[in-house]
Amino acid sequence: MAKIIYKDYQGNSKTIEVENGLSVMEGAIQNDILGIDADCGGSMACATCHVYVEENWFNKLTKAEDAEVDMIDMAYEPKKNSRLSCQIIVRDELDGLEVTTPEKQS
Amino acid sequence: MKKTDVIIIGAGPVGLFAVHQLGIKGLKAVVIDNLDKAGGQCIELYPDKPIYDIPAVPECTGEELTKRLLEQIKPFKTEFYLNERVEEVHPEKENWIVKTNNKEEFMAPNIIIAGGVGSFEPRKVSLKECEKFEGKSVFYAVRNKDNFKNKNISIFGGGDSALDWALELSKFSKITLIHRRDEFRGAQHTLSELRKLEKEGKIFIKTSCQIDSIEGEKELKSITIKYDDGKTEKISTDFILGFFGLIMKLGPIAEWGLNMDKKTIEVNPENFETNKKGIFAAGDICSYPGKLKLILSGFHEVALASVECFKRARPNEKYRFEFTTSSRTIQDRLGKK
Repeated sequence: MAKIIYKDYQGNSKTIEVENGLSVMEGAIQNDILGIDADCGGSMACATCHVYVEENWFNKLTKAEDAEVDMIDMAYEPKKNSRLSCQIIVRDELDGLEVTTPEKQS
Repeated sequence: MKKTDVIIIGAGPVGLFAVHQLGIKGLKAVVIDNLDKAGGQCIELYPDKPIYDIPAVPECTGEELTKRLLEQIKPFKTEFYLNERVEEVHPEKENWIVKTNNKEEFMAPNIIIAGGVGSFEPRKVSLKECEKFEGKSVFYAVRNKDNFKNKNISIFGGGDSALDWALELSKFSKITLIHRRDEFRGAQHTLSELRKLEKEGKIFIKTSCQIDSIEGEKELKSITIKYDDGKTEKISTDFILGFFGLIMKLGPIAEWGLNMDKKTIEVNPENFETNKKGIFAAGDICSYPGKLKLILSGFHEVALASVECFKRARPNEKYRFEFTTSSRTIQDRLGKK
């Protein structure tokens, strides 16, 4: 279990307790967090669950694999700290993880 | 206007298997899809990626799955209307009329929407100002190469399409290839060719940067890109070509009066009918309690929907459940002797 902080592009934030083993994307979808579309359902095929990860946290995450980085090329306004939230799997160590959703996903 | 028993919207795996389930019941269908080929997400998003959860098929790619489904429905000689998007759906007595953007018209008592997450459209440049130049100097595909001769062209993207067009158009235009990171993803020979043309001064490569603004009143004059370190650079540009992949847009489906749950259509899980009689939804686009977005779930959904389609298309006949292994009628329909 970890508290995940979902912020939108205007700075509004919601903190959700997400079970270990779920992805940050699933945590958002199950709790009606707006700003994450996840059109492909988590198969790393669409880049509509794109988030910006707060810098300190970004380096603590397991590195994105090539396919994810390629997919982020397709995201709306990607940045250096962009990740696909379907690829961030929640575990205890991620308690307090802060992600910001972009202005839109497509 | 073409009359048929069922209009299938979407030529993905679920739409294709719908043809089969209807076909063995003796129903005719037409299939309409916005893409230029059958296969849907399987062919557009992951043609080479393996799928491991198709029953009795331990492993196959999206492309193989599509090929096999097309093979399986061959006996039914179904008409496909590709590169067409359904724009309008309206009722006429017991039937539905469907109109596409190519002005094709269809009439049938049933519609099965197997539209995945909607139709594929190119993802656009995030800069709003680009909109007014779209189709004039901002493009997301090259339809006719001749229009791109002797121009200053800024190409965005780091994948195959961006690289291939950079190479091709560099034969007769000045190309600047712009990518947000310093790594390109393409075939080895494409990448070496790119580096060679860069050395020869035919292609200019700008990486770790993104579009910041565009300049020009009536016509596009230049673009300004911004590097990760904050520096900017102006590049004189006649045409922008963006290759950021495809996104899925629900499109007109949202306006047909169907009960929706976010981007999905609510259905009755007994027959996958929507709130409109004779309009069904199956595959990723439908929602009901416990819905799983799996290809195999879509197969089940169209099997059940096809029964209800039969009842509506053949109101005077009794539906009889039959097995393909033992039914002479089905085997005839499949062309088996």
